[in-house]
Amino acid sequence: MIIESPRQHWDLEIKPQSGVFDLHLKDVWDYRDLLWLLVRRDFVSFYKQTILGPLWFFIQPIFTTIIFTFIFGHLAKISTNGSPAPLFYMAGTVAWNYFADSLTKVSTVFKDNANIFGKVYFPRLIMPVSIVFSSLVKFGVQFLLFVILLFYYFFQHDGVQPNWYILLFPVVIFLMAVLGLGLGLIITALTTKYRDLAFIVAFGMQLMMYATPVIYPLSAAPAKYRGIIELNPMSGLIETFRYGFLGAGQFYPGAFIYSIAASIIIFLLGLVIFNKVEKNFVDTV
Amino acid sequence: MSDIAIKVENLSKAYQLGDFGTGSLSSDLERWWALTRGKEDPFLKIGEINDRVTKGTSDVVWSLKDISFEINEGDAVGIIGRNGAGKSTLLKILSRVTSPTTGNIKIKGRIASLLEVGTGFHPELTGRENIFLNGAILGMRKAEIKKHFDAIVDFSGVERYVDTPVKRYSSGMYVRLAFAVAAHLESEILIIDEVLAVGDAEFQKKCLGKIGEVSKGEGRTVLFVSHNMGAVIKTCSSAMVLNNGCICTVGDVNEGIKVYNQIQTVNKSTSYCNNNPGKVFRQITIQDEHNIIKSEFGYDEKIDLCIKFDIKQDFLNGNVGIKVLDIMDRCVFTSEKKISEIAKTVGGAGVLVSIPPNLLTPGGYKVTFAVHIPNIVLIELINDIIYFDVLETGSEFYLFSGADLGCVFVNCDWKLL
Repeated sequence: MIIESPRQHWDLEIKPQSGVFDLHLKDVWDYRDLLWLLVRRDFVSFYKQTILGPLWFFIQPIFTTIIFTFIFGHLAKISTNGSPAPLFYMAGTVAWNYFADSLTKVSTVFKDNANIFGKVYFPRLIMPVSIVFSSLVKFGVQFLLFVILLFYYFFQHDGVQPNWYILLFPVVIFLMAVLGLGLGLIITALTTKYRDLAFIVAFGMQLMMYATPVIYPLSAAPAKYRGIIELNPMSGLIETFRYGFLGAGQFYPGAFIYSIAASIIIFLLGLVIFNKVEKNFVDTV
Repeated sequence: MSDIAIKVENLSKAYQLGDFGTGSLSSDLERWWALTRGKEDPFLKIGEINDRVTKGTSDVVWSLKDISFEINEGDAVGIIGRNGAGKSTLLKILSRVTSPTTGNIKIKGRIASLLEVGTGFHPELTGRENIFLNGAILGMRKAEIKKHFDAIVDFSGVERYVDTPVKRYSSGMYVRLAFAVAAHLESEILIIDEVLAVGDAEFQKKCLGKIGEVSKGEGRTVLFVSHNMGAVIKTCSSAMVLNNGCICTVGDVNEGIKVYNQIQTVNKSTSYCNNNPGKVFRQITIQDEHNIIKSEFGYDEKIDLCIKFDIKQDFLNGNVGIKVLDIMDRCVFTSEKKISEIAKTVGGAGVLVSIPPNLLTPGGYKVTFAVHIPNIVLIELINDIIYFDVLETGSEFYLFSGADLGCVFVNCDWKLL
């Protein structure tokens, strides 16, 4: 019989269950080097063995903008609040893509990394967070393209009036990251055992884009659908982003505050659910 | 007495068998409902021990059942057991890949686990980039990796290719690089799972040497799972034997390997019995020198075949013989005895045939028994019944696991010219 000395100190204790808010955030901080290496890996491996390299990041928004301008601008003639159509669509696409990319990739993080998660421990949260940062790099490159286009139209005096709301840009990006991450964490946690929900994500993102003022301004939405669109936390973010840079349309303080609250609540919820699932997902994935 | 590095108390792990689908949702809901009312998990009540061979009645098995042990700082412990004994589950829980169902583990010091070499290697990245990435995944800080970078490259022996994407590496180089990263982890506790089944013999020796150095030289705690008893004997000071999710023994490594060898394999028969008066062979058993019937023998153990049979008038001038074949049905050797030398009259007789130690190389074998009159008639043949395994318990070839060394050890005479 060994009598445990009271001074005995343990560095780590492995238990079946842990508290709901025991999030191991200190662990995540300790592994921050891994986070940067993973972001670097994603970026470098993206353009390895290509000639155009990171320029490929430009291709998608350019073509999407051209097609949207043609279909929604020229054929459907949807209002852009007086902004130049290509700029309006590019603003929406670039911002939306950041959110959509983050969410889609995070939502399969358990499934995609089952092999590595099954072999080695590191704070699982590192993986989804690295995805959001990788998407941010891609967003940064695409955003450059948007800024170039913005300058072009600005010097043409073509109805582009950036205003002080541009200062909210970092906040908007941060909230989009947090919202995408939060929703992604919830979906990936719920799909480890039952994959049903994963099928919804692919086409759900398409549908959600149309429920967000990406290709139309919120002011052009029919009154009876306004409520639904305003319930979408992305609406306030996209509108604020576009208003700051283009100066067309208006700032909706209510929608923006709602977006902040919703993003943070969803993020915290995602964190807690993810944390609960991560310990045993290896057995069920 | 040295300090305890790992303390495991009443650790259990249950797994759900079968497919997850529509049916498992209802049982999940049932569990959730029971747990929210504060009742015991109905899922765990019906669990059975994990014996892969017998078909159970429940979908739940205990991969580990209520195990407790302590490991002192600086110990090198080999964890051995048959497939499905719970070794990997234990390592997975210790390395926090999954969590236990009940019980707890207390650990002192940093823990690094190597359940696979090259986890997280990205084929498109260069050797250099992968050293950093893999090191970080295993828990090293960037500064630590930088500090050890030259030593890692040196140990792996792939200097020339360090700026080439690892997808262009040969599989041997890949493994060398991966193990080199892991070997330079700065942790107090190192967990290693059968990673040595790869790479050439020279490199395996280097890895084993490194593990020995880590435990003996640097005084770090090492847990080492392997089926290669030779490697366990050479690197570990003590052994823990697991069987069906329970601990059989913890202690001296040689003692542990003996216990492991005595654990019966159920799917291989070690005895034959027939009471039909028309037949010749009555009873055959395979046993060690202590008359314990078993199917797994160390390479340096004597293997005894105990044969009881009825001698009849018509083959008093015949022979009784055995033939040992390896798993590829190659005949290794034949041994025969004239019946007239065993008995002069009809009736029951018994013989003990001993296969000498240090003869058969590690591997699976089967024995055929026959009574015949040479070149005239085959009276009776017992085929495909008695099987046994010779285990690698530290022969001079223990590093070449998986290689075909032939079936017998031959002590050739080597002279300097």
